[in-house]
Amino acid sequence: MRQVRLGAGAGFSGDRIEPAVELAEQGELDYLVFECLAERTIALAQQARRRDPASGFDPLLEARFEAVLPACRARGTRIVTNMGAANPLAAAERTRQIARRLGLGSLVIAAVTGDDVMAGLDGDIVLDETGQRVADLGDMLVSANAYLGAEAITEALAGGADIVLTGRAADPSLYVGPIVHAFGWTFDDWHRLGQATLAGHLLECAGQVTGGYFADPGFKDVQGLDRLGFPIGTFAEDGSLVISKVAGSGGCVTPATCKEQILYEVHDPACYLTPDVSADFSQVRVETIGPDRVRVVGGSGRARPAGLKVSLGLMEGFVGEGQISYAGAGAVARGELAREIVRERLARAGLPLQELRCDLIGLDALHGAGLARSGSEPYEVRLRVAARTASAAVARRIGEEVEALYTNGPAGGGGVSRQVREVLGIRSALIPRAQVRPTITWLEA
Amino acid sequence: MKLRAIAHSRSGDKGDISNLSLIAYDPADYPVLLREVTAQRVKTHFSAFVAGEVVRYEIASLGALNFVMRQALGGGVTRSLALDTHGKSLSSALLDLEIDGSRGPSAAAEPFEDHPSQKQTRED
Repeated sequence: MRQVRLGAGAGFSGDRIEPAVELAEQGELDYLVFECLAERTIALAQQARRRDPASGFDPLLEARFEAVLPACRARGTRIVTNMGAANPLAAAERTRQIARRLGLGSLVIAAVTGDDVMAGLDGDIVLDETGQRVADLGDMLVSANAYLGAEAITEALAGGADIVLTGRAADPSLYVGPIVHAFGWTFDDWHRLGQATLAGHLLECAGQVTGGYFADPGFKDVQGLDRLGFPIGTFAEDGSLVISKVAGSGGCVTPATCKEQILYEVHDPACYLTPDVSADFSQVRVETIGPDRVRVVGGSGRARPAGLKVSLGLMEGFVGEGQISYAGAGAVARGELAREIVRERLARAGLPLQELRCDLIGLDALHGAGLARSGSEPYEVRLRVAARTASAAVARRIGEEVEALYTNGPAGGGGVSRQVREVLGIRSALIPRAQVRPTITWLEA
Repeated sequence: MKLRAIAHSRSGDKGDISNLSLIAYDPADYPVLLREVTAQRVKTHFSAFVAGEVVRYEIASLGALNFVMRQALGGGVTRSLALDTHGKSLSSALLDLEIDGSRGPSAAAEPFEDHPSQKQTRED
């Protein structure tokens, strides 16, 4: 039976590069896929591009390609990635320069654009979260990117691309594209697209299916996390998938690691929506077939959603934050006193804060006072004060009030840190497919 | 016993929605999860910060449940003031639930192999 071997070279923009090199050199891959765009990453990249028209693609593109291209070239492994981010054309140009510098011979690069729908966005489109109209967002709106599916990727591969660079493509689609191309499937074969999407979903977070984000000592032990290997998906024409990793790499592939990833960021398991298909993971089964080898079957799908999801980046003011630590005897009491002092001072100053939050890290910061375990006091706590405001100047006041606790607060406070960041909120909406036209641009190195 | 003794969990985020998988280490304990960890139980456990509904999906073939909690992330990952904006740490809070771990007769009413393919319950 025909098979295609896909390696996951990254699960997020800042991911480790060594496992990708390991895969490129030892994974015997047909495709190496890098998924590098979170919801907010694309909006941040759009801002970077506005400051510098030659930027806006993944900051690690150069380092990744320099590390993996020689091995990929030598073995005929093709690359699919959304590292194009807000600027796939500039990413393709940079990739061409890297390939030339490395002396890799002729190389075909395809850049997929069309996800940026900011220009000419219909003002009557309504935000999912708030019901606001796009037209009412005014200057707040800084980016709008539609989630493209796998079709343009498949087309680029059919056209001979060695490297496919996209912007906002749906994460699993980066894997669906090569699978559909490998077997000559069509984009209305919902059952098979569902199977391919399950494969993409399992692989898209890279190390999260090989024992990363899994270890819980004494309950879920994972060996060699310091040299965690990334997954290989061997997808067969019958729709079955085997998840494995390079022999000798760290981590593990077990039914448990696969189950956690199958349900990761899933809502209704019978209806996981992507641009390609309404995938059905509700009948999936997993079984161990060897050491660090798990077989996954049972994915399916139904007709794709009529609209495409668009991610909208909105400037929503500023967050100011300050932190200070207390330790030793009475640390909690001093931390709580410090919290009260800052609250009072901020209230008296009458600052226009949209929201204020004061937590004691080590006591109640993550899950609130209700879930925090009663019993022995922590040895140390860290007060964290954060507030959202309309202006950077007001946001700075938060850190200043925390810093003032040095000489104006309880005894023994130390290690103040303060920061102000601009809030780039992400909202979503649906737009008709007809308003999105994926385009492929070809470059040759 | 703590839920942690028989199940593991991973949190995921999309906007202001958090989902928590809950997976039995041993499929034989899946009926215990079905009986003990209801949508209502989870809604109550996280009442301090989950403002919206909690929906429970059942995935019998994986011996797993999936809880989808709305208005759970302080307005969404990108604007929340929380330290853990993604709610990544919520899975550990779920596993802290105290449960009756017995595979009693009441659990036998939901045979693992023949369980209906897809069921969901919600708590508003």
